[in-house]
Amino acid sequence: MQKISTIFLLVGALALSACNNPNGFGKGGANGGAGGAGGISGGALGDPSNPNSPAYFAQTLGDTVRFVVDQSTLTPEAQATLTKQAAWMVGHPGYTATIEGHADEQGTEEYNLALGARRASAVQQYLIAQGVMGNRLKTVSYGKLRPIATCADESCFSQNRRAVTVLGAGAGV
Amino acid sequence: MAKTELSVEHPLANRTSGIGRTVRALSRRMLLAASLSLAAISATPGFAQSRPHITFDDPVIEPLPYALPAFVAESGGAAEIAQAITGVVASDLSGTGLMAQISPAAYISAYSSFDAPVAYADWKAINAQVLITGAVGMGGDGRINVKFRLHDVFAGTTYGDGLQFAGGQGDWRRIAHKISDAIYQEITGEGPYFDSRVVFVSESGPKDARLKQLAIMDYDGANVQSLTDTSTIVMSPRFSAQGNKILFTSFETGFPRIKEMDLASGKSRALADLQGNMTFAPRFSPDGDTVAFSLEQDGNTDIYSMSLSSGKLRQLTNAPSIETAPSFSPDGSQIAFESDRSGTQQIYIMSASGGEATRVSSGEGRYSTPVWSPRGDLIAFTKQGSGRFFIGVMRTDGSEERLLTSSYLDEGPTWSPNGRVIMFTRESPGATGTAQLFSVDISGRALHPVPTQGAASAPAWSPLLP
Repeated sequence: MQKISTIFLLVGALALSACNNPNGFGKGGANGGAGGAGGISGGALGDPSNPNSPAYFAQTLGDTVRFVVDQSTLTPEAQATLTKQAAWMVGHPGYTATIEGHADEQGTEEYNLALGARRASAVQQYLIAQGVMGNRLKTVSYGKLRPIATCADESCFSQNRRAVTVLGAGAGV
Repeated sequence: MAKTELSVEHPLANRTSGIGRTVRALSRRMLLAASLSLAAISATPGFAQSRPHITFDDPVIEPLPYALPAFVAESGGAAEIAQAITGVVASDLSGTGLMAQISPAAYISAYSSFDAPVAYADWKAINAQVLITGAVGMGGDGRINVKFRLHDVFAGTTYGDGLQFAGGQGDWRRIAHKISDAIYQEITGEGPYFDSRVVFVSESGPKDARLKQLAIMDYDGANVQSLTDTSTIVMSPRFSAQGNKILFTSFETGFPRIKEMDLASGKSRALADLQGNMTFAPRFSPDGDTVAFSLEQDGNTDIYSMSLSSGKLRQLTNAPSIETAPSFSPDGSQIAFESDRSGTQQIYIMSASGGEATRVSSGEGRYSTPVWSPRGDLIAFTKQGSGRFFIGVMRTDGSEERLLTSSYLDEGPTWSPNGRVIMFTRESPGATGTAQLFSVDISGRALHPVPTQGAASAPAWSPLLP
């Protein structure tokens, strides 16, 4: 998957400026990250083939799940990915995560912000149900503010309707 | 030449008297160093009947032809300002689509003195319905004095007495807009709107890493100033009805939070700082004391209101659906908002204190971003259907829906202070797509882009400047 390698490069670049924000959450804004948009970073990522690395979580397990148009229901494929994410987080209690919800551009800004929040929350609830402590998970929505694909058809819209689990350092919030 | 207070409704008709007034500054950024004073020039009574007039709601409008020779400079230093004011007046009036300037190349009569008799036959010969004459003087203190008259060419008379405006040289643009407003009011019978500002989101950078900052400009795109830098995503600014504050949504903390900015000081403060919850879509009540906004909890978004004086929070909707984009009625008693409680986004109206809501949109498609007209008669909205976006208006009971625009992505209407013109965001598709501000009137006429230096979105129109 070509997308994965692009994400890896971007995540790698972000990791160089690892975050020392006291609460473990960086400032949102212009420094949009990989699948994640918030510029949230959590230390060295390591090797995607090393099962203990955040790179493994983001790329090998997959940090992103996708959604149907105007929906926040988790597809079977999304649930499979999230089950793996949850197992990893349970096994790596030193990490927190911020779940970023996103929408495609086929909607108005404020509605899409709310829709992204629904999606992030659906992921959060699923991870909690799989055993991840709720105090390790935060959610945020970017609505349609941070697309990763920019064309004007479904091939891009479907990539943008996503929730990304972005790992951070720290023992919980 | 007694100074008289300007009547907002009928400034040229010499119907008012009283004292000159001091103009309150809207903000430090657009501050007028000196007050603008407005005065009637003479006491010649106007003639009330059968003047050239445009009725706004006519289904077909033939733009009213007008002649506007360059304002004369009555003192040496005023030539450039006289020319510039003439250009802004022409741009304001012709931009409405209701009036069309006759090319100065066609003018027969030379216009070189404000008080010389007008050769109406020469203006009649080129079919000018109205003639606008003006003059600019500059005092020893550098202040300018601008006067103008509106003439009914076929009757061979002036509309009322004319008006004059005094101000600093830096006020010339506002003076030009005030002249346009006075003419527009006389010709259309509608309220003024040119002397107003727009706060918006200025955009730069590629589509997948767009930078956003708040900026403010005149309604026609002039005098742009930044209000925030590009370090933080900002969304959906809105003016207070008093024009001195704006509300917006900021990602400064990494999470969307509503903020208030005082325009005079440029200082912002966070409102409703509720940890763990996103807050967004803030809107002032007409009295400026209450903010309605969306608050998200565990993925669900409802509308709340907060009193700015007491800080008291009140939940206005309570549903598992998305409730957002509130908009107060001009009297403050009701709130229009959007909800997907029926399965798709639709527009509802509820009491400003919450409770039962009535659905008002009923057509096919998704309806969102309702904005109540300052006149109270219409609600502007965004509509989506068949893969396109539309800006439209409907009466407050949902009847008489009219779609005014259509494109790949139109959204976020805002009303001119007189409730006759709508500005909105139009975004072009694809990787190179950018957002641009557009303007259209409520009959769907005079659709045109609002010039901005870079990409721009999310406009919010100010009230008429004081």
